[in-house]
Amino acid sequence: MKVTIDGQEIEVAPGTTILQAARMIGGESVPPAMCYYSKLEKTGGKCRCCLVEVTKGSDADPRPMPKLVASCVTGCMDGMEVASKSSERVTEARKAVTEFLLINHPLDCPVCDQAGECDLQNLSFEHGKAQSRFIEDKRTFEPENIGDKIQLHMNRCILCQRCVQVAEQLTDYRVHGVLNRGDHAQISTYVAAAIDNDFSGNMIDVCPVGALTDKTFRFKSRVWFNKPFNAHRNCENPECCGKATLWMFGNEIQRVTARKDIYHEVEDFICNTCRFDKKEVTDWVIEGPRKFEKDSVINQNNYTRPMEKVIMNTEKGILEGREQDRKKISMAQIPFNNQKKQ
Amino acid sequence: MGRKILLDKINVPGIKTYEVYRREGGYSSVEKALKSLSPDEVVEEVKTSGLRGRGGAGFPVGMKWSFIDKKSGNPRHLVCNADESEPGTFKDRYLMEYIPHLLIEGMIVSSYALGANLSYIYIRGEYMWVYKTLERAIAEAKAAGWLGKNILGTGYDLEVHVQIGGGAYICGEETALIESLEGKRGNPRLKPPFPAVKGLWQNPTVVNNVESISAVPWIINNSGADYAAIGKERSTGTKLISASGNIKKPGVYEIELGLSVYEFMNSDEYCGGMETDRPLKALVPGGSSVPILPAHLIYKTANGDDRLMTYESLSDGGFATGSMLGSGGFIVYDDRACIVRNTWNFSRFYHHESCGQCTPCREGTGWLEKVLWRIENGEGREEDIELLWSIQSKIEGNTICPLGDAASWPVAAAIRHFRDEFEYHIRFPEKVKNRNHFVTEPFEKVKHLVVKQEI
Repeated sequence: MKVTIDGQEIEVAPGTTILQAARMIGGESVPPAMCYYSKLEKTGGKCRCCLVEVTKGSDADPRPMPKLVASCVTGCMDGMEVASKSSERVTEARKAVTEFLLINHPLDCPVCDQAGECDLQNLSFEHGKAQSRFIEDKRTFEPENIGDKIQLHMNRCILCQRCVQVAEQLTDYRVHGVLNRGDHAQISTYVAAAIDNDFSGNMIDVCPVGALTDKTFRFKSRVWFNKPFNAHRNCENPECCGKATLWMFGNEIQRVTARKDIYHEVEDFICNTCRFDKKEVTDWVIEGPRKFEKDSVINQNNYTRPMEKVIMNTEKGILEGREQDRKKISMAQIPFNNQKKQ
Repeated sequence: MGRKILLDKINVPGIKTYEVYRREGGYSSVEKALKSLSPDEVVEEVKTSGLRGRGGAGFPVGMKWSFIDKKSGNPRHLVCNADESEPGTFKDRYLMEYIPHLLIEGMIVSSYALGANLSYIYIRGEYMWVYKTLERAIAEAKAAGWLGKNILGTGYDLEVHVQIGGGAYICGEETALIESLEGKRGNPRLKPPFPAVKGLWQNPTVVNNVESISAVPWIINNSGADYAAIGKERSTGTKLISASGNIKKPGVYEIELGLSVYEFMNSDEYCGGMETDRPLKALVPGGSSVPILPAHLIYKTANGDDRLMTYESLSDGGFATGSMLGSGGFIVYDDRACIVRNTWNFSRFYHHESCGQCTPCREGTGWLEKVLWRIENGEGREEDIELLWSIQSKIEGNTICPLGDAASWPVAAAIRHFRDEFEYHIRFPEKVKNRNHFVTEPFEKVKHLVVKQEI
C-alpha cells in the first residue's frame, strides 16, 4: 500500500498506522505521541497530540475525513494522503492539546527528575506558548505512596495510561489503575503501597512526564549531569533482556533504565532487580557511551564535545571582603543611631 | 389532537401489568413478526418507516440495523440504551416507568430482526425503581412465554437482562455503555471498529435508545409506510418531548414531528404557554448539549420560515442560527433566567461527567467551567469571552467521543447569541453578584448599558 504523508510517499504493509508510516519516513512530519507506545498494545488515541488531517481517504474512496484523526490508531489505506506538519489545522490542534496538557501541569521542571528527558517539555518547546491563559488554581492531588521503588507525583500526570498497560501486559496482575473521572481522574492503587511486581519499574520508563520516577534516583542528579553508558548483564530473570543504560556520575551508577530509542520508547523491558538493585559497576559489563539525538540536553555532559576545565575568576581574598567595605563594617566614624538625628 | 403511538395506552389503569397490557393488544407485534415475517423483512419494514434514532443523533434505525455484521457468525446482541442522563430529558423514564411492556415488546421484535439471542437493557443507576419495574415486567413476560427458549414455538430464543449503570453520563455513549456493560470502566472506545462489527464482548452489537425500540412494535403492527406517513419529510413518526422550564404545563408529550414550535409551546394540549406573563427569552430544544436559541430564532428560522419540531427545521441555519432536535429535552427560559449562569451550569455538568480519557475534554471542560464561574460571580475579565470561544473551538472535534462537542456547543451558542449578557456580567460585577440579578431587573432593562457608545 502506498501512503503519502506531507508529500512524501512510502510503501507500507496493510495494518500499519499513519504514525508508524510517518516514523518510517522520519523527520519533521512524525506526529508527537504522548500516549501511544509501540511496544505496548492498546495504547494510543487518548492524548490527541498526534492528530493529523487525512486529505484523501484512499484510492477507492478519495473523500477527505471531516475530523482530524489520531494517527496512532488510524490504519493506512491504499492511496491515502495525510497532512501532518504541513496542515494549518493540525498545527492549531497540536497547539491546543499542548495548552490543555499544560494548564494543570505544575511548573516544577526545576525540581522534577524527568526534566531533560521529558516528552511534555519537548512537546511544549515545539508547540507551546510562552504565556499561559489559565489564571485559575491548578488542580492538585494528595501525595500518595504507591511503593518503595516508584514515586508517584500525580500532579504531573497527563493520564496517558501507558503505565496501566505496562501493568496489564508485563506483570502478572495489575494493582493500579485510573480512579475517578474527568480532570480528577488519577492513577492510584487500590491498596496503598502495593506496586511491587518484578516488571513494575518499567512504568517509570514509559511515563512521558515526571509522574512516575525512580525513588532510588530521586533528587540525586539532573539527567544531563549523568553520563549514560550502554551496559548488559546476565539477568537471572528469563524475561528480562539484561540490556540497560547506566546513568553514571563518576564511578557511581546513579540510575539504571532500559535503552530508549529516538521516540523515547524502550528497546526492551528490564526487570526491577536490574533497575533498582544492581548499582555496582561490577554488576555490569559496560559497552560504551550511549548516543543521544544531537540536540538532546543529555549531551550536555558527555564525551562527544570537548570538555574544558571550568575556571572561576574571583577576586583575591574574596572571603575577607574588599578593603573599603571592611572599613564600613567596622563603622568607626559613624555615630551610633545617626538616623534618628536627621 | 396529535396522533399517539407510544403514549396511546399510557392512561389505561394497570397498563404496567402484563394482563392489562396484553388485553389492550400488547405483544401482537411479536406474534406477527415471529410467525409471519423473516428478520430481514422486519429490518426492511423499519427502514421504510424512516424511524430515526431518538437518543439524540437521529441516525436512521433501519440503516443501523442493516450495518450489523451477520457474516462473521458471531452471536449478535441488542443493547437498549436507557442511560438517559441528558439534563432536560426525561422521556425514557416516563416510558419505562408507566408502560414497561412496550419496551420489552420492542426488544423482542428488534432482537428477532437482528438475530440476537441475548439482549440487554442498560439503565442508569439512579432509576432504581424503574429497574425494578422492568425486572417485574421481564419476569411477567417470561412467565407468559414471550421470553426464553422457543418463543411461540418458532424456535427463536431470547433472553433479556437489565443492567444498572453506576451513575455516569458518559455511559450513554454507545461504546462507553458497552465497556460498562462488560464490567469495565465506562470509557468510550476508539472507533473504528464500530459496535456493529465489534461491540459487546467483541460481538456485533446494536445500541438503540428506549424510544426507538418502543416505536418498533407499532411499525410492525401497522406498517413502515404508515409510520412514514406521519411526520414531515425525513422526520417521520412521533417523538416524545420532555418539556420543562418556565411553561405552564411541563411534562412528557408525544408530538407528531412537523408540529410548529409555536403551537407546541402555546397550545393547551402541550406546554400551555409561558408560566407567567414574563416574556420568552431563550429555548434549548433538545437537551443540554444542543445550542441554545434566542427569542427571535425560536418561532421563525433565520430566513423567515416557521420553526417546526423536526430534525431538519430545528437545525435549519446550522449552528449560526439553528440548533438540534437532539433527545427532545425542551427547556424554556423566560427573562428571569441568566444565560451565563445557565451555561455555567451546563458546563459544570460536562466538567463533572467528562470521563478523563482524552486531553481536550478532560482539561478543557474544567477550564470552561472555571472561566464561566468567574464571569457569573463578577470576577470576569474582558478577554474571558474570547478565551471561552477559543477553548470551546479547541475542544470541539478533537475528542474521542461526542461529549467534547456536547460540552462546547452550548458555550459557543451562548456566546454567539447572548454576547451582550456576558459583557454585562463582566462590566457590572456588583450587579451580578446578586444571584437573582435578572429577576427584579431583567436584561432588557439594563441592555443599554452594554450597547456600544457611538460618539
